[in-house]
Amino acid sequence: MPQPILERSPILELRGVDKIFGDFAAVERVDLSIAEGEFFTIVGPSGSGKTTLIRMLVGMDAPTRGEILLRGQRINETPANKRPFCMVFQSLALFPHMTVGENVAYSLKCRGIGKKERRERATECLALAHLPASYYDRAVTKCSGGEKQRVALARALAYDPEVLFFDEPLSALDYRLRKTLEKELKDIQRETGKTFIYITHSLEEAMVMSDRIGVMRDGRLAQVGSPREVYDRPRTRFVSEFFGEVNAFPVTAKDGRLWCEPLAMAFDPPPDAPAGFKSGALIVRPEHLHFDPAAAEPIRGEVFNEYLLGSRVQYQVRAGGTTLLVEGMGGQPPATREVALSFSPADSLLFAE
Amino acid sequence: MTDLSETLPASAASARPSEAPARPAWRPSTGLLCALPMLLLLGLGFLAPLLIVAVYSFMPRGTFSLTSAPTFENYVDIVAQNFHISFLWSIWLALLTTVILMAVCWPLAVSIKKLSPSRALLLTVLIVAPLFVAENIRLQGWSLFLDRAGLLDGGLKATVGLSTGSLTANVPVVVFGMVYIYLPFMLFPMMLGLANVPPAALEAAQDLGASRWQQFRDIELPLAAPGLVIGALLVFVISLGAFSESKFLGKGVIVTVSEDIESAFTFGQNWPRGSALSVLVIVLAGAAAFFGLRRLDLDSMLGRK
Repeated sequence: MPQPILERSPILELRGVDKIFGDFAAVERVDLSIAEGEFFTIVGPSGSGKTTLIRMLVGMDAPTRGEILLRGQRINETPANKRPFCMVFQSLALFPHMTVGENVAYSLKCRGIGKKERRERATECLALAHLPASYYDRAVTKCSGGEKQRVALARALAYDPEVLFFDEPLSALDYRLRKTLEKELKDIQRETGKTFIYITHSLEEAMVMSDRIGVMRDGRLAQVGSPREVYDRPRTRFVSEFFGEVNAFPVTAKDGRLWCEPLAMAFDPPPDAPAGFKSGALIVRPEHLHFDPAAAEPIRGEVFNEYLLGSRVQYQVRAGGTTLLVEGMGGQPPATREVALSFSPADSLLFAE
Repeated sequence: MTDLSETLPASAASARPSEAPARPAWRPSTGLLCALPMLLLLGLGFLAPLLIVAVYSFMPRGTFSLTSAPTFENYVDIVAQNFHISFLWSIWLALLTTVILMAVCWPLAVSIKKLSPSRALLLTVLIVAPLFVAENIRLQGWSLFLDRAGLLDGGLKATVGLSTGSLTANVPVVVFGMVYIYLPFMLFPMMLGLANVPPAALEAAQDLGASRWQQFRDIELPLAAPGLVIGALLVFVISLGAFSESKFLGKGVIVTVSEDIESAFTFGQNWPRGSALSVLVIVLAGAAAFFGLRRLDLDSMLGRK
């Protein structure tokens, strides 16, 4: 069993990092500590500052304020080619005029390593990225999308960086290939023990691969935690909604319960409801909303749509002028279009507004 | 695969007879029809004179007939009467101009690429603008500026009492004139070439530990090479035929091959000699273009694959 992530020593630290373009703060007051050998994913919608953050870490942009530390040493002023980091770009940025092997071995060439050793080490890295040695002399322009991904990964591995960065490299691939590469990436990270920092806007990607996830919004880190923590205990409504579709009930506190005006009914508050709550939103994920004819205080509604999502089924239910999402495992479909719904207060999240 | 190749022709063959309509035996394609006016013009205005020049170069010296017995004496005369000196001057000046322009235009093209589109456009317009003034007039302008008692010399004398004397009538000023005149011919192909260098590729190289020099040598230069080669070819070939610069700025300090060709056809009334010199220039320019372009994939450069 590997050492728990948070007990390991930090390899990278950000202290109060800002990046300001004109009068726009792309990244604002980010404090973050990334542990040695961690798979850390930064998720956020487009424009949330993920790419700016990663570019500062790699050394392609300088922070306006704050400090970036590598094992306690300030590296703000160290240029990208002097940092022991490597990045897999969103566009991959392969060198189109070189062969697969030349691409992979380029960092070794820059370091003045001889031809024979270059070939050996590049072939090892190709193997690590699941590419056969026969690809060494192939033109990189002749490779398929997935193969190019692997070349880009092998090229980054050949540099032997202490931290590998990924800027949404899988976003252009089809679903199945993406799933395969996600798993392989996680395997390679475990095998090499290197620190991986990955950015994506895809929740699924983040959940599958990461030890910890940082959720960004408007240039700030909204929450940092394990995939479980971030999913089960989101700290803000934004984080809860970012991780998939949710049902949000506008509620106000009334006699120790939560009154929901559109549904004209009251809910019990979740056990960890914030003290002094006045009004806000009660969030219930679709999988926590159940068809429950025997419920004491059911939400009454009418099923009007049904989607098959592979192993799950999603129902759209109209209740009190709003549309609710209910997700079942394909178990018991409602017998009638008129349904009664309920959820356990422990599965709901309450956010003040 | 083998199955397909065996079955496909059979089914195609069976389908063919029924669907083949009655067609005229030969109909020119639309492409050919569209190209026809240009083909006629080029055939009459370009190929035919070229052929006549080639034939003249093998006629006896001084003749105006195209039907005499062929001879090599014009080519022998070129060396015997020292016409090869002007030829070598032209080659040397063309090479020098090409190399200087490569060095001058590279940083310029790289910086223009980094500008915002509107600024890049402004700069491009400023560079193109002089092309709307005839070359000879611009060179005369430089001559008036640089001559003894010209704008520079006279201006300095009148204000600070210094004299530069004449800055014309030397070889460097001829090279200067050529560099000045041919700059756009190098700059624009080079910009086109540099547009083929994805900025991310340079960042990736830097990220992989490449120094500025390594990024230039391994990424920028090879990716921009097509533009560079085309620019170099254009400049070399045009400056091989240059003569205004040596005439207006060089004031006869050197004679280029184009001046020799002109005088052979005019004062000299020796068309065969002029033709022989022309053929040599054409062969040299053609060879440069052939070897240069053979290494290029123009389609990929213009974004077609």
